[in-house]
Amino acid sequence: MSFTTQLQHWAHKTNIQRVVVVACMLLYAVSPVPEFWITQLNYIALYSLVILGLVLLTGIGGLTSFGQAAFVGIGAYTSAYLTVNMGWSPWLTVFAGLFITGISALVVGWITLRMSGHYLPLATIAWGLSLYYLMGNLDALGKYDGILGVPALTLFGWDISQGRSFFVLAWGMVLFAAFALLNLMDSRTGRAIKAMRSSGLMAEAMGVDTLRHKVGIFLIAALFASISGWLFAHFQRTVNPSPFGLKMGIEYLFMAVLGGAGFVWGAISGAVMTKLLEDELQVLLPKLLGTSGSYEVIVFGVVLVLVLKYLPDGLWSLVGRFLPKPNRAEDWQTAAALPERAKPALGETVLEVKAIRKQFGGLTAVNDIGFSIQAGQIVGLIGPNGAGKSTTFNLITGVLGLSSGEVKFRGQTISGLPSREIARRGMSRTFQHVKMIPELTVLENVALGAQLRGSKGALSSMLRLDRAEEQSLLREAARQLERIGMGHAMHELAGNLAMGPQRLLEIARALCSDPALLLLDEPAAGLRHKEKQALAGVLRQLRSEGMSILLVEHDMDLVMDVTDHIVVMEFGTLLMQGTPEQVQQSPKVRAAYLGVEH
Amino acid sequence: MDFSIASILLLDGITNGAVYALLGLATVLVFSVTRVIFIPQGEFVAYGALTLAIFQTGKVPGTVWLLLIMALLAAVMDVRLSWQHSHDGRRALKAGLTTLAAPLMVSILSIWAAPHQLPLLVQALLTVAIVTAFGPLVYRLAYQSLADASSLVLLIVSVGVHFAMTGLGLLFFGAEGFRNPSFWDERLSLGPLAISGQAVIIMLTSLALIVLLWQFFSRTLYGKALQATAVNRLGARLMGISTHGAGQATFAMAALIGALSGLLIGPTTTVFYDSGFLIGLKGFVAAVMGGLHSYPLAALGALFVGLVESFGSFWASAFKEVIVFTLVLPILLWRSVAGGNEEEH
Repeated sequence: MSFTTQLQHWAHKTNIQRVVVVACMLLYAVSPVPEFWITQLNYIALYSLVILGLVLLTGIGGLTSFGQAAFVGIGAYTSAYLTVNMGWSPWLTVFAGLFITGISALVVGWITLRMSGHYLPLATIAWGLSLYYLMGNLDALGKYDGILGVPALTLFGWDISQGRSFFVLAWGMVLFAAFALLNLMDSRTGRAIKAMRSSGLMAEAMGVDTLRHKVGIFLIAALFASISGWLFAHFQRTVNPSPFGLKMGIEYLFMAVLGGAGFVWGAISGAVMTKLLEDELQVLLPKLLGTSGSYEVIVFGVVLVLVLKYLPDGLWSLVGRFLPKPNRAEDWQTAAALPERAKPALGETVLEVKAIRKQFGGLTAVNDIGFSIQAGQIVGLIGPNGAGKSTTFNLITGVLGLSSGEVKFRGQTISGLPSREIARRGMSRTFQHVKMIPELTVLENVALGAQLRGSKGALSSMLRLDRAEEQSLLREAARQLERIGMGHAMHELAGNLAMGPQRLLEIARALCSDPALLLLDEPAAGLRHKEKQALAGVLRQLRSEGMSILLVEHDMDLVMDVTDHIVVMEFGTLLMQGTPEQVQQSPKVRAAYLGVEH
Repeated sequence: MDFSIASILLLDGITNGAVYALLGLATVLVFSVTRVIFIPQGEFVAYGALTLAIFQTGKVPGTVWLLLIMALLAAVMDVRLSWQHSHDGRRALKAGLTTLAAPLMVSILSIWAAPHQLPLLVQALLTVAIVTAFGPLVYRLAYQSLADASSLVLLIVSVGVHFAMTGLGLLFFGAEGFRNPSFWDERLSLGPLAISGQAVIIMLTSLALIVLLWQFFSRTLYGKALQATAVNRLGARLMGISTHGAGQATFAMAALIGALSGLLIGPTTTVFYDSGFLIGLKGFVAAVMGGLHSYPLAALGALFVGLVESFGSFWASAFKEVIVFTLVLPILLWRSVAGGNEEEH
């Protein structure tokens, strides 16, 4: 290997990149830059910590908060109050701040996140306002004057609350948070968060508890803000309500959107740009307009609208497209295989559907349907449009609740369970309209299927304690892709795939969960002839390996070709069931599909 | 607390609640037609009160210049859009002039009228015309090309618009606050209760507007067309309803309601360029009570907010705002328990 290729190889290694970034930061601290620029960057570090939380919440999770400034305030006030009035050490108060912030975030999140996405930002506006007025009116917190004389941060008697030492402390924390976030994005939990954003239904079907993840990312974002507040209190040495008001909360979001809320480095550059812009405007605008006042908000407002209109992914998207994106290193060959569940014996009843019924108001969409599936069988569920096939499918997978009846899976009643619990028991599904995460690779999308076979959470991912498990998950994903003949495409972006491979991706993802029963919802829809043949081949191969499959499909050639047993529905009721030959010869089925001669 | 204090607080709460009800209805209206959570609703309130205040001093209100600038920008955008579609110069020009016409007429009228010190009612009418003209322009400039974006993006746009409108308010009105003269100075006594004429006007106007809105949506074809846009944008478009037109009309109504609210509260309190935000948000809390889609619940919520505020300010005046805005959390909790999961689409 020549020296330059060696160098390139190194440059792609994440750890080395990070060491270089930290070294640059330290170098800046000891370089002879004027104090002014150190102070500027100290403020930017405080902003960046908050915005990194917003990257997770908004850029990755698709939720938004205007109340981050309030969490900064909680961190700052907690530390200021406890150090000034109780004489606590700042190294203790940081945890007190985190604790109070955490409780508040859990309460706000738990209440609002079970409703539609816009209630969280609305609640955070109200919450930010009420906290601001609370800080400004409580005698104990010094009303609008705040708390003065907050002690400095010291380490072994050394003041690290100002200048270059604070720079190293604050930026050290920012970089630590940034790396932790990057680690989180590339992990089991990160995939779950991205899945939740792209489709809550799909994420739940993969076993993701979406409410828990939403509350979780809101909590993490709040904790980042709280640490920023703690640093702020001891850097400013005084706190008052004004930097924690709603205006600042909106400015944090502005910084994230300007730089690019989806990118860690974009968000930090957004903080840099906003701080510099704000300083310029605060001098320039009053001069230009001839009166004093905070006119920069006009520019911020207009820029925010323009960015959302013309550059929705922020300024970093202009830079990001030029950065190399090397393929993931295939380093999972030696990883441990994931344990597999005990499979049903051939001929054992896997699924038993007993007289299930679903009523929407006065309409009975599914009327006492019953059938069963034995292990190693492919059962087709067919019927004309509007027959209730999809509703039946949703009733079995737990997306919809039953009006009456019972579904038994491997001998246990599963009706009434949420879809993620049903997934946990070994039932895995695909979607009629493909649901995947387009900006992730095929491999990462498929690994999402193995969500329930891993256990490492957000904290282990952030600290990179999840690597052994992560490699096992990726190994399984690669194995399933090979199994259905898509191993060559594992590093492609899922969004770039044609319809056929997309459907196969969904099947591989479902297989990744090590299912005992596979439910396929119109897997042939939109496929070309060749792709359908390939699909039929995959289904037969899966059956020969002992898999049981329920197939909802419109393509009669495929259904007649691969199924062992067919259930025919019409107008929500069971028309008949039997072997493909029996169904083909049934006059009732023909009448349902083609109508009757009069 | 004795009966007379309680009745004063009650009356105060209902009066404020009536204004919040108007703003809450405007919020519900805008959200249900355009999916925009219109945070800057309160800015129209401040613009309304302050425009009238400047008219009172005999000067041309700054909002007139702002209106002209925004109308010009919107006209340029419309000319460009029309030219890109048709490459027809006359058509493009016509599109621009249509946008420009109403704001221009209102502005010229205002510039002529300002130094004449016309009667209060005429000035109030002019104020309503000016502020209402802002509505469609705000929609045109900030929201129209993003109309199909997610409601989250629209919400962030709203926050941007709020920032811009507050800053512009400071620029055009200055930092000074104004208190408008009362429309009706009479004090009526109802037994032990004394009601100011202004309070009566506030309550009656609110009631009238609420009835008017209700009639508009249930009786007129255009009202029904707007509702159709709310339910399904594409479907409405296929039925020949212009969704852009619907958006602009809705924003005009929201601005009109905002302006009227501004006129109503102007005599009861000193209004600053940024006072509208808090007032608007209280209407907003009321709208959230109605789940952002129920008019009657929003109106009831507004009365509740008004009462909580007035009684709250009696018991713990410093914590009035804290109490009102913290109210959102229990309201949301109640909605999430009562309404089940409102899964996004």
